[in-house]
Amino acid sequence: MKLREIAHSRTGDKGNISNISVIAYDARHYPLLLAQVTPARVKAHFAGVVEGEVVRYELPRIFALNFVMDRALGGGVTRSLALDAHGKSLSSALLDLEIDAAPDRFQPIDEKR
Amino acid sequence: MRTIRIGSGAGYSGDRIEPAVELAEKGDIQYLVFECLGERTVALAQQARLRNPESGFDPLLEERMRAVLPLCAAKGIKIVTNMGAANPLAAARKTAAIARSVGLSLKVAAVTGDDVLDACKQRDLPIMEFDGTISQFGNRLISANAYLGAAPMAEALSGGADVVITGRASDPALFLAPLIHAFGWPMDDWSLLGKGIVAGHMLECAGQVTGGYFADPSFKDVENLARLGFPIGEVGEDGSLIVTKVDGSGGAVTAQTCKEQLLYEVHDPTRYIQPDVTADFSQVEIAEIGKDRVRISGGSGSKRPPTLKVSVGYVDSFIGEGQMSYAGPGALARGRLALDIVRERLKLTGVAANELRFDLIGVDSLHGARVSAHANEPYEVRVRVSGRTDNLREAIRIGNEVETLYTNGPAGGGGAFKSARDVVAVASVLLPRELAQPRVQFVGADSR
Repeated sequence: MKLREIAHSRTGDKGNISNISVIAYDARHYPLLLAQVTPARVKAHFAGVVEGEVVRYELPRIFALNFVMDRALGGGVTRSLALDAHGKSLSSALLDLEIDAAPDRFQPIDEKR
Repeated sequence: MRTIRIGSGAGYSGDRIEPAVELAEKGDIQYLVFECLGERTVALAQQARLRNPESGFDPLLEERMRAVLPLCAAKGIKIVTNMGAANPLAAARKTAAIARSVGLSLKVAAVTGDDVLDACKQRDLPIMEFDGTISQFGNRLISANAYLGAAPMAEALSGGADVVITGRASDPALFLAPLIHAFGWPMDDWSLLGKGIVAGHMLECAGQVTGGYFADPSFKDVENLARLGFPIGEVGEDGSLIVTKVDGSGGAVTAQTCKEQLLYEVHDPTRYIQPDVTADFSQVEIAEIGKDRVRISGGSGSKRPPTLKVSVGYVDSFIGEGQMSYAGPGALARGRLALDIVRERLKLTGVAANELRFDLIGVDSLHGARVSAHANEPYEVRVRVSGRTDNLREAIRIGNEVETLYTNGPAGGGGAFKSARDVVAVASVLLPRELAQPRVQFVGADSR
């Protein structure tokens, strides 16, 4: 299962730092996010894009994670050579992450859409 | 409990105008805020002001003011905006003149004092984003503007301003100012100020909290985005907040749209550093209490920092770029061949580039070859080569090498594009707050 099935996301930028929120549609899936969307996996997923450290902040009251990725924007929004200098599209790339949703760990969420 | 309604009329300088008119007309609001100042906009505006002393403010100021001033004046809605950019005083004079031209007598306030270029030049401050100090910019340094807090804007409102125009100020502070003015919040009540910053942060990007920048068909569907309504914050004097929008406008305010906005451009949620307070978003709760009505609670804050963040604008480099498209069977292979040719040509002809980037738009241009590795072969592909140089002449050569693919490169290339531009970049430094001296000046009405 893709992360996209259980979470939504938005990217923000400040200088050369990108932050990506990962927000569970359903509170029951927050533990899946905590267990599987780790800073190490996010760093590996963005190999070649994010050069610096990835730090994860947890927001259990809104069932969300916030990833702060250092040196992620080609030197910074105002000087980057990239087509998407803000890194706005990074959130969509992260939702491509594979999540192990064994039946005992995952309940369908269709009613929540 | 007293409550005020604040409308957010713009989330960036080029934003749609008619949602703000809708807010003024049907939003039952007392304040209308326009957030229009991007990170490097002040630096570019400063360059414009050097060429013409009466310019340097937002290019859409006149259009926005003409659209909303009559309605706002008729309903007593106060306007707060950072459209002053590098020249709030000229923007205020222009706004007063527009008001007069449509028969209105409005008191317009300009907040100045964010320009701290001299103070920064006297101190060799360390750059936050990379190693070094601002002296390394030498004469390439263009501007230094401190992110001011809400106090001078609140002072302007208390002085009777109908319109308050600032330059660089913290975006949420544009919304905090009406709250401080209306409710008399003390400037050291960190919890209340933190709640006010939560409100400002939820509203500052306008349509981004009402369903804009959110839709993902069949996962997150949003209706009527062409008629997106902009947000209204109902804020109580205890800092309670409900986010809503005009009935019948497009978009949606839901727990999901609010959660995405809450974390937008946030790093450590326990420390969202602002000029007036260090806000804490970590305990915020979000609950839908009706259609397009979401309650946001649990914000707080701690003491403000002793320094102000300053955006420093400098001439960084030049960027040259070229693009060309390929289509049909073998498009990807021809695109790759085209990039190989340009890569070799830039070496052969000795183009002096400090940094180069080779992209296949439609394949790997956004996230590079590794993240995009499993993509399928597309019907069409667009090659893009961009490079950083020290001068315009070298930058132009990069686009030229892509353009010459027409008669020298792979078969069937079309739609060449090239550009070369100078890059004004922005870096940040921290300045002791007492070195920025905000000042409120009135123009128009009886203060002419």
